[in-house]
Amino acid sequence: MNPAIDPQKQLERVMARHHYAGSALIEVLHAAQELYGYLSKPALEWIAHKLSLPPGRVLGVATFYHLFRFEPRREHTAVVCLGTACYAAGATELMTAACRPHPGWTIEAGRCVGSCGLAPVVICDGHALPRVTPAELEKALEPEQARERS
Amino acid sequence: MNAETLHTLRQAEQQRQRKLADRILCCTVAGCLSSGANQVRAAIADQIESQGRSATTEVCGTGCMGLCSQGPLVRSSAADAVFTKVTPADAVKLVSRDYDALAERTLQPRHPFYAGQKRMILGNSGHADPERIADYLARGGYQSLLRAVTEMTPAAVVAEVKKSGLRGRGGAGYPTGLKWELVARQPSETKYVVCNADEGDPGAFMNRSVLEGDPHRVLEGMAIAGRAMGAQQGYIYARGESPLAIARLRTALDQAQREGLLGGRIFETSFHFQIDIRVGAGAYVCGEETALLASIEGKRGQPVPRPPYPPERGLWGQPTLINNVETFANIAAIIEQGGDCFASIGAPASPGTKVFALAGRVNRAGLVEVPIGTSLRTILYDLGGGVPAGFEFKAAQTGGPAGGCIPAQYLDLPMDYDSLTAIGTMMGSGGLIVMDTSSCMVDLARFFMEFCMDESCGKCIPCRAGTVQMHDILARMTRGEGVESDFAMLERLAGLLKETSLCGLGLAAPNPVVSTLHHFRAEYEAHVRDRRCPAGHCHIGVAETPVEATA
Repeated sequence: MNPAIDPQKQLERVMARHHYAGSALIEVLHAAQELYGYLSKPALEWIAHKLSLPPGRVLGVATFYHLFRFEPRREHTAVVCLGTACYAAGATELMTAACRPHPGWTIEAGRCVGSCGLAPVVICDGHALPRVTPAELEKALEPEQARERS
Repeated sequence: MNAETLHTLRQAEQQRQRKLADRILCCTVAGCLSSGANQVRAAIADQIESQGRSATTEVCGTGCMGLCSQGPLVRSSAADAVFTKVTPADAVKLVSRDYDALAERTLQPRHPFYAGQKRMILGNSGHADPERIADYLARGGYQSLLRAVTEMTPAAVVAEVKKSGLRGRGGAGYPTGLKWELVARQPSETKYVVCNADEGDPGAFMNRSVLEGDPHRVLEGMAIAGRAMGAQQGYIYARGESPLAIARLRTALDQAQREGLLGGRIFETSFHFQIDIRVGAGAYVCGEETALLASIEGKRGQPVPRPPYPPERGLWGQPTLINNVETFANIAAIIEQGGDCFASIGAPASPGTKVFALAGRVNRAGLVEVPIGTSLRTILYDLGGGVPAGFEFKAAQTGGPAGGCIPAQYLDLPMDYDSLTAIGTMMGSGGLIVMDTSSCMVDLARFFMEFCMDESCGKCIPCRAGTVQMHDILARMTRGEGVESDFAMLERLAGLLKETSLCGLGLAAPNPVVSTLHHFRAEYEAHVRDRRCPAGHCHIGVAETPVEATA
């Protein structure tokens, strides 16, 4: 995706590539989320119009899947892995710690990020924190730490 | 592309690699990337440059070398060994081949972790760069497709797969040959081949590692299936949470198309086969085949009643073959070695190898590939190095939310489809999580039930409401608020879900509960009758803080 080009034009291009077929809805939603950061109501309505689908169908599909967001993420994102290996290594405590108020952070739960050998894992802005403890996580979610990484 | 060009390309790359004095391969799969593999690779590249060895030494990425807990892993062809916990500071020693300085962190091929494995599906991981098709060709890639297209009839391909005795690696273990025959027999002109890469089990990363480490192997398997079925279009339904696997797949697809190994007139025959990727959006139920097809069609991933099964009426109402990533990854080897040879590997009723994601309380966590039928003891103690000192093995969990536990008395049980089903668990897609005595089995059951509750698509009532009820009971038990009648209710609900759910998700959701109730009933009784958690895991008497993602 090219940030210099109008996102709506880019999205239109994705739809054109799929010949505006309703069956490409999920692909289009992925593209829209990548371009805008989340799926807004106007964006969903516009997609429905373009793909000739009832708006209810588009909203129904979008809300069915966990990966689609309907509000923008905050400045930073932390994904706490809740896979079985991480659970066994204490991810529940990490989640409790992460869910305490942390300004600027969106906390998400992930189901296995594929690093089970390093459990428990939290991904902060794309950086993995392997074998992390709740105290270390609290520290990583402090505002100055986040600024340093980005 | 024809047989001759394939041969030429293969030889050219083999020769190029032979001329190199050293090829340094850095693992660039999720686990090692999390521990800093990219920085290591960059440091090695810098060292090659500054030591002036660019003509003789090469650095590249490669697939999973297994020992994820001791990453980043780097393999050197000159040393014929794998180095663990490599840091950017080690680059100078690696490039100047000062291996003595790394002796303590060297894994020789005869190391117990590797000696007990049989790496077929992971055969190229650690030896080839997943982002270069030439690497795959140099290791005999697309030779099986060439054979299947130019030397074999579609029926002969199906017969070979049937002879191999290969069983579906997605978990249920349905004989692949039978499925292929069923689809191949359909008279329809339009057929589809679908690869189920929606590996959603929490604690399972086998398929992801295969896709990230050797994507061409899967593409080749799918193309062979396309040839055998008479299909012209394939889809890979990839998990949206694995962006790296998707990126590698896209690279591999582009390369294969450019070389004429996919697309029109493959090997100058009339065979045409194209593969497209469909990215899932995070719904565990889409691992169920009818839900997966609905998702490819752009709908909510909700299952529909079977029959008709997808081999008769699948994608857009056409006959559709759906196999798991690992199943397709086996196909090229079957065509290459012949079905009989493949059938001689592993257990008689479950031939071949299986990749397990070994994790949890184990010394050497990572990805292992063993002949099916290897005992849990061998995997856990010989390969995995046992549980860490001070801990005691309690159980291994297999099959994720649809599976169950293998308690200590079954350590010598052969890990094959039927033996695991007999003790109330299942092979599943290959997650193998080791629990020690500090893990509470009641809370483990609650954890999986919470997962199923979240992931239930809501279409059928037994699953939608049943998982909530079962989770409620288990949560109460872990808070020390269970009552005696809960046991009967759990068992009743478990039976109900098993009998009446529409798809595999609801049908298998009670399995972890049934399995732990069977093997660890005393632990449940301690929670309910004595209000204590024998593992010391549950905070009984302490009010539980609700854990809710704010995503």
